[in-house]
Amino acid sequence: MGIGLGEYLALASVLFGIGAVGFLVRRNALIQLMSIELMLNAVNVVLVAFNRFHPTNHTGQLFAFFVIAIAAAEAAVGLAIVLNVFRLKKTVESDKVDLLRN
Amino acid sequence: MGWAGELVFVACAVLAVFGAVATVAARSPLRAAMALLVNIVAIAGLFLTLRGHLLSVLQLLVYAGAVVVLFIFVIMMIGPSAQPVRSRTARTRGLAVRTLAFGMMALGTVAIAAVLGEQAMDWPSVPPAFGTVEAFGRELYQNDVIPFELIGVLLLVAIIGAIAVARGRSPEEAALSDARKKEEAEKVAKRREEEQRLAAEVAAHGGGH
Repeated sequence: MGIGLGEYLALASVLFGIGAVGFLVRRNALIQLMSIELMLNAVNVVLVAFNRFHPTNHTGQLFAFFVIAIAAAEAAVGLAIVLNVFRLKKTVESDKVDLLRN
Repeated sequence: MGWAGELVFVACAVLAVFGAVATVAARSPLRAAMALLVNIVAIAGLFLTLRGHLLSVLQLLVYAGAVVVLFIFVIMMIGPSAQPVRSRTARTRGLAVRTLAFGMMALGTVAIAAVLGEQAMDWPSVPPAFGTVEAFGRELYQNDVIPFELIGVLLLVAIIGAIAVARGRSPEEAALSDARKKEEAEKVAKRREEEQRLAAEVAAHGGGH
């Protein structure tokens, strides 16, 4: 059996699904951020796999490059927010952060 | 793709899925970070099988070298409170977990079945420079200079924002802002008193109109 484009796409969709489940199910803000990273990584796999399938340019890889940069910025800001929430509420459980409820 | 590439794909795919599941399922955030590291290294391997040499290196440098370290820093700063506690919503969440996990499993099965049912198209042959630093960099600086510069600005803004948000307040700043808040509250209380007095006056004299 040859490994084609479809195998990469199936793998990426499975990884994205795991990340999505993690983000929706876990209540630990740190692990939710890690789940977002999982999803971004899965998208990168799709971009690079399609680029390998159309190798006349590097558009997909460039897109993945920018996604990596955005992910780094997002992680920095997200973790800063988690730290601040922890200072305020003494917890990182996102269930407990309900200052805007009601 | 030769048999070696397929072997690398299978190994990296198994590792990536294992790392992802362990990230999501781990109770301790530190374990989750380590599993995320496994996932990231496996995806760097996948990039290698797709001729993304530079991206593979960047993945290791930026994700494994920076993002995971940042996560571990924060976990260490937060300390034992980062550990999960048993929460009251556990039962309803158990239902949500099962529903979501089942749905995602069904979707994954459909995706894999669709792939297995279909004749894999051959990978097109690539120019030898594809994915190397030179070719990638040439295209980055010829076609995508403006997004590249903008991403630099974005990262700068993110750094400043992260520092501003995470730095917190020094004791003097806190005292100053507390004093200002108290002043504000006094002003509001005085105004409210005045309003109540006026309302009482209106109620006493203005009833006839």
